[in-house]
Amino acid sequence: MSKIVALVDGSIYAESVCDHASWVAGRTGAGIELLHVLNHRHAVGAPKNLSGNIALGARSSLLKDLSERDAETAKVSQKNGRAILDAAKARLEAAGVGKVTARLRIGDIVEEAAECETEAEMTVIGKRGDAADFATLDLGSNLERVVRSSRKPVIVASRAFTPVKRLLIAFDGGSSSRKAVDYVASHPLFDGLSCRLLTAGSGTPEIRDRLSSAKLALEAAGHEVEADIVQGPADLLIASAVETDDIDLLVMGAFGHSRFRRLIIGSTTAEMIRLCKIPVMLFH
Amino acid sequence: MSFHAYRDQWIGNVRGDILAGLVVALALIPEAIAFSIIAGVDPKIGLYASFSIAVVVAITGGRPGMISAATAATAVLMVTLVKEHGLQYLLAATVLAGLLQIVAGFLRLGYVMRFVSRSVMTGFVNALAILIFMAQLPELIGVPSLTYVMVAAGLAIIYLFPYLTKAVPSPLICIIILTAVAIGFGLDVRTVGDMGELPSTLPVFLIPDIPLNLDTLTIILPYSAAVAAVGLLESLMTASIVDEFTDTTSDKNRECIGQGLANTATGFIGGMAGCAMIGQSIINVKSGGRGRLSCFCAGVFLLFMIVVLGDWVKQIPMAALVAIMIMVSIGTFSWSSIRNLKDHPRSSSVVMIATVACVVLTHNLAIGVLVGVLLSGIFFAWKIAQIFRVTSSLSDDGTHRTYRVEGQIFFASADAFSAAFDFREALEKVTIDISHAHIWDISSVAALDMIVLKFRRDGAEVEIIGLNEASETIVDKLAIHDKPGALERLLGH
Repeated sequence: MSKIVALVDGSIYAESVCDHASWVAGRTGAGIELLHVLNHRHAVGAPKNLSGNIALGARSSLLKDLSERDAETAKVSQKNGRAILDAAKARLEAAGVGKVTARLRIGDIVEEAAECETEAEMTVIGKRGDAADFATLDLGSNLERVVRSSRKPVIVASRAFTPVKRLLIAFDGGSSSRKAVDYVASHPLFDGLSCRLLTAGSGTPEIRDRLSSAKLALEAAGHEVEADIVQGPADLLIASAVETDDIDLLVMGAFGHSRFRRLIIGSTTAEMIRLCKIPVMLFH
Repeated sequence: MSFHAYRDQWIGNVRGDILAGLVVALALIPEAIAFSIIAGVDPKIGLYASFSIAVVVAITGGRPGMISAATAATAVLMVTLVKEHGLQYLLAATVLAGLLQIVAGFLRLGYVMRFVSRSVMTGFVNALAILIFMAQLPELIGVPSLTYVMVAAGLAIIYLFPYLTKAVPSPLICIIILTAVAIGFGLDVRTVGDMGELPSTLPVFLIPDIPLNLDTLTIILPYSAAVAAVGLLESLMTASIVDEFTDTTSDKNRECIGQGLANTATGFIGGMAGCAMIGQSIINVKSGGRGRLSCFCAGVFLLFMIVVLGDWVKQIPMAALVAIMIMVSIGTFSWSSIRNLKDHPRSSSVVMIATVACVVLTHNLAIGVLVGVLLSGIFFAWKIAQIFRVTSSLSDDGTHRTYRVEGQIFFASADAFSAAFDFREALEKVTIDISHAHIWDISSVAALDMIVLKFRRDGAEVEIIGLNEASETIVDKLAIHDKPGALERLLGH
């Protein structure tokens, strides 16, 4: 594996993102690229001047004024960003990761993550960022945007990392969950881990077929596999299976529905990430 | 643009945007009224236009934080149309101008802006400031001396009141105090009410009442084309000024389409064409406006003030509005450009002054910009034409001369290129090495042909080295720049 991208910020999730990334790196020998994105909201602040007049040289004095104000805040936030990256880098190096690079960018996290990701194999992001409140269990505002625009597998890190021994693949027979099975079967990251394949619903013959071939594929790759179909709503089933079955990592397809449909019926993906207190690996 | 980014442009800065919108609405009123009068229509037309343009551009435009409304630049173009054909033709021309702008947006003409140099922009801004100031002259010439006192008092309030507090827009204070004084002392001065009808209702949809035939089109098309061009120019220039202020980028083609949609919609609710406004956009940014909401609010507040407070607005003395417009004019003018005249390259200064002069003479910003762009193109060609050199060496026996040509050969340097060869020298063989030169166009190819022909006539055998490399730059083969390494080859040899 070449490289994985770890998105870090100033929240407590940054440490856990590092731990998840170093778990991947440790098992696969991948390098880690740390990315922190500064979101400069230029020249936004309390409006100081509502006088509504413009005098001689209004343009140049305003430009000077605004850029001076920005320069100050930008310096501070850049310093912060460096500190976050340095801390993350130190943590990774202490964990024995060999190739760590850090990248500090200015702009929108989605665009920067997408650019970083083109040369990487997967992305690691925390469930919440600086701005989100853990108590309400709301997901970070950037999480869904990053996951939606990502074309690679994404690991959504939980608050604390526990070594992964057993994983659950939420299998709905769709293309992204089959892709997830192929990935797990073929990837050295998952060598020797035991898996559980879980399908929610009544299970049409077609899905049963697909489930058993998925099971075969995983077994052929040397995994210990259980596969079952259980009646009920997917999110609750999976959440309870995660709790009762000592699952350390949930693997599933990501955001299958359009944004519009999501507005009306909600998203299983977001719900799963929210309900399960374990990391979630998402496939497109 | 993603939905998230668009939403952020609306609600990213709500408090700042609403306050700035209020401040800007005040600065829109005088311009809308003043330029309706210039164009020869009721203030209602300009006020409806400002409302509709501001609101539509806020939704569809490509540059959040920029203010668009009925403007000086477009109003001065439509004076004769209104005079000769009436209001309905103005509305039709507005719709057509909007459609032209939409087409320009889809054709991605925003990229043409790259040919507008900094000097032309400065010239445009200065010319605009002069136009705005000149438009105030009718209110300042041949009026009772009381008016001068009031305008001076208004300017004093606008510029001095901010020393007291910056929390209240000083133009608002200017309007309130001058109106109160005029009413209180029963002063006999011209008021907004004397200028024509103010809107008393919300605008309604209407189709311009004109015959739909070719004659109509030939009447309105020249006006529409000029309005569309000037509107886009001012909008795109203002967009790049706001880009600078906020250190963000804007989508210029989207802005073209947004302006077009705004003008089209405005024509249908009985408003005149408009575009972005430099002065008001500066005021907006200065007051803390950054998002789409500020332009939207400015439009809505404007209409609210006029419709609900119409009876009070009628009594505002024109002197107060004139003072505000003089302030806008002063703030728009680039005063540093005057200081820079002596430091900047003379060609830049000539371009800037020529742009200003053409606009002031024709009252058409498009013509000024065209002249400026052409001049800067010519100056550029003239400068580049000097970057070439011909050196030569003679073989020991004196029968073979090798000419080595380096640099740029195109229409402006082709003559000097031909003159660099000595045809009087009797030679058996001539080698012309052009592998270090760039042949840009047909003029230079023709010049090279003539040189070869002349040497042959004089009995020399001519060999050209490096023709392929040199002619890679000929316009029709410019596609070569897309290939990897093209730039290195171009710069390297």
